[in-house]
Amino acid sequence: MLTIKNLHAEVEGKKILKGINLEINKGEMHAIMGPNGSGKSSLASVLAGRDNYTVTEGEVWFNGKNLLDLSPEDRAREGVFLAFQYPVEIPGVSNLNFLKTALNEIRAYKGLPALEAREFLKLTKEKQQLVDFHSNLMNRSLNEGFSGGEKKRNEIFQLAMLDPQLAILDETDSGLDIDALRIVSNGVNKLRDAEKSFVVITHYQRLLEYIIPDFVHVLYNGRIIKTGTKELALELEERGYDWLKEELHLKESV
Amino acid sequence: MTSDMILPFYQALTADVTALAAQATVPSTDAVQSIRRKALERFTAMGLPTLKTEAWRYSNIQRYLKEFPYELLNNAAPVAPTVAQQAAIPELDCYRVVLVNGHLQADQSTLPEGKGITIGAMSTYADAPGFVTYFNQQHHLETESLAQLNTALFADGLYIELAANTVLDKPIHVIHVYSCTAHSFIQPRHLWVLNRSAAATIIESSVHPETTAVAFANSVVETVVQENAELWHYCVQQGEDSFREVSTTAAQQFKDSRYHHFSVTLPGTPFTRNNTSVALNGSHTETNLNGLYITNKHQHVDNHTFMDHIMPDCNSNELYKGVLLDDSNGVFTGKILVHQEAQKTNAFQQNNNLLLGSKADINSQPQLEIYADDVKCSHGFTAGQFSEESMFYLRSRGIGEEAAKALMVNAFSHDITDAIHVPALQHFLQEQIAEIMNN
Repeated sequence: MLTIKNLHAEVEGKKILKGINLEINKGEMHAIMGPNGSGKSSLASVLAGRDNYTVTEGEVWFNGKNLLDLSPEDRAREGVFLAFQYPVEIPGVSNLNFLKTALNEIRAYKGLPALEAREFLKLTKEKQQLVDFHSNLMNRSLNEGFSGGEKKRNEIFQLAMLDPQLAILDETDSGLDIDALRIVSNGVNKLRDAEKSFVVITHYQRLLEYIIPDFVHVLYNGRIIKTGTKELALELEERGYDWLKEELHLKESV
Repeated sequence: MTSDMILPFYQALTADVTALAAQATVPSTDAVQSIRRKALERFTAMGLPTLKTEAWRYSNIQRYLKEFPYELLNNAAPVAPTVAQQAAIPELDCYRVVLVNGHLQADQSTLPEGKGITIGAMSTYADAPGFVTYFNQQHHLETESLAQLNTALFADGLYIELAANTVLDKPIHVIHVYSCTAHSFIQPRHLWVLNRSAAATIIESSVHPETTAVAFANSVVETVVQENAELWHYCVQQGEDSFREVSTTAAQQFKDSRYHHFSVTLPGTPFTRNNTSVALNGSHTETNLNGLYITNKHQHVDNHTFMDHIMPDCNSNELYKGVLLDDSNGVFTGKILVHQEAQKTNAFQQNNNLLLGSKADINSQPQLEIYADDVKCSHGFTAGQFSEESMFYLRSRGIGEEAAKALMVNAFSHDITDAIHVPALQHFLQEQIAEIMNN
């Protein structure tokens, strides 16, 4: 589904990603971990098409299409979704209107007619329950005055509504209390199926107790330096990242 | 000789002042005639505004007056009802007043009726108590030469007076039709009086039938909001390319009254100047001046406001928001004068702009003159572009760039549109904004 080959990217002339290789197949759950500043969120941004990043080398293929050639909106319409680490507040744009516009733009791209009001509301009700997203938040301005947990729940709610093939969760767990973390993780788990793939970027192993990954990758200094299964996450929790860094330096100095 | 005197229009105006005044047949009571004569004197003394006139520094009205050889037009040829219909607001349950060049078209209008309601042509009500008491009494008009010109030479307009405790059950939609076969300068004059505890909503729209003749309107509305009365006053400006406008609204408020004024200017008319002034002649009043201008091409929109805090314990809130596309430019002047007696005044003013055109610009100047020492006053100004982070957020959800911009403009204007208390009008304007941004 997604193939990343030797991806290099920089922001304001500073090299951030230095040759990422990653293959994600249908239905897989990948976790990307790594210390601060390793390039985790940058990878998410590059995949979603944030324009202050410049890709200097490498390729990204999504279902046979060159993802890097597409505008952010076309990436979303093709089925890539980024749950933001810091969701933006947009006063004056109602959540409901925003979602309706997004959904219908994606449908139009696929040649589908706009959803009728009743169908849209039905869908909304159904998906709201997934993340316990209160109806009164729906009519409010997009994320305006939402608590941290409400914002993250809104991201997962949008994910449920837009039903992408690939969802990238950028530190969705950061700043959540344990109850909110459970709600968000439950929502994600309910959305897992054989067709949908996830990339979960996290700083904390805690999330992976709730969302069980198929693969765990460690990103360090703009590269994936180790790939393993969920056990790797536990090891990282116990031992930190230093042993990996040492391993890497040993390898590189040889 | 100042530059304005070489304008053919000005020469025509001053060549035979008496003949011009005679053209304006009504109203012609002695009192009105005397007011007209004084106004004409003031106008000739002041002349037309130039760029050297402080209040007109950023609006070169001369340029627009020179564009075409305007003639003064005082009468109105019949206009088909379909013309006024163009300004209709869908789903709006309202009374309707159609004026052609200021002249009431009774056959096209549905006027409110009942005890306490006086409504009709200015010419028929020159003896009405409200007219006698309030006509041309808002002293701010004296410093504006075009308002003086209007006073001197206006032909007709709409008179409304609501007796004490009269509350209109529906809004009145006033549709100004400007119709001419040659390039014309048209000057309607209106006076709307709400007596004690009366309440009304008045929505103004204008329409200029498709024609090659250009209409330049110099209109004046005087509103009086007496003790504990409340007036919601909406001005919707979506003029045509062949229309130019100087629109003066002079309000007087008395004790405990509420006045809510909205001026919404959308693309179309190349030149719009709105003079909006409120004189607070009583205490404990509330005033909301709301403005929204969305401009494109070479459009020029100038909102000139004056909040005159004469009495203590009054509250005024001014919010003007602009979205400037293409090469359009905006001007905002917000004068707040707090007299020494006007203690405990709360006067706030804000002007926010989205500059979206590469050559769009905004000139904004707050003018606060405060002579009382126990007041709360503030003003603020912003000009900026869309937040990149917000744009990216919307686009990352599959929303195209244009649709995202439309959403953002709607969001930017929402604190104005949200304050509109007539749902049909609110919906209509939101749709109009979306349509402008989608084109």
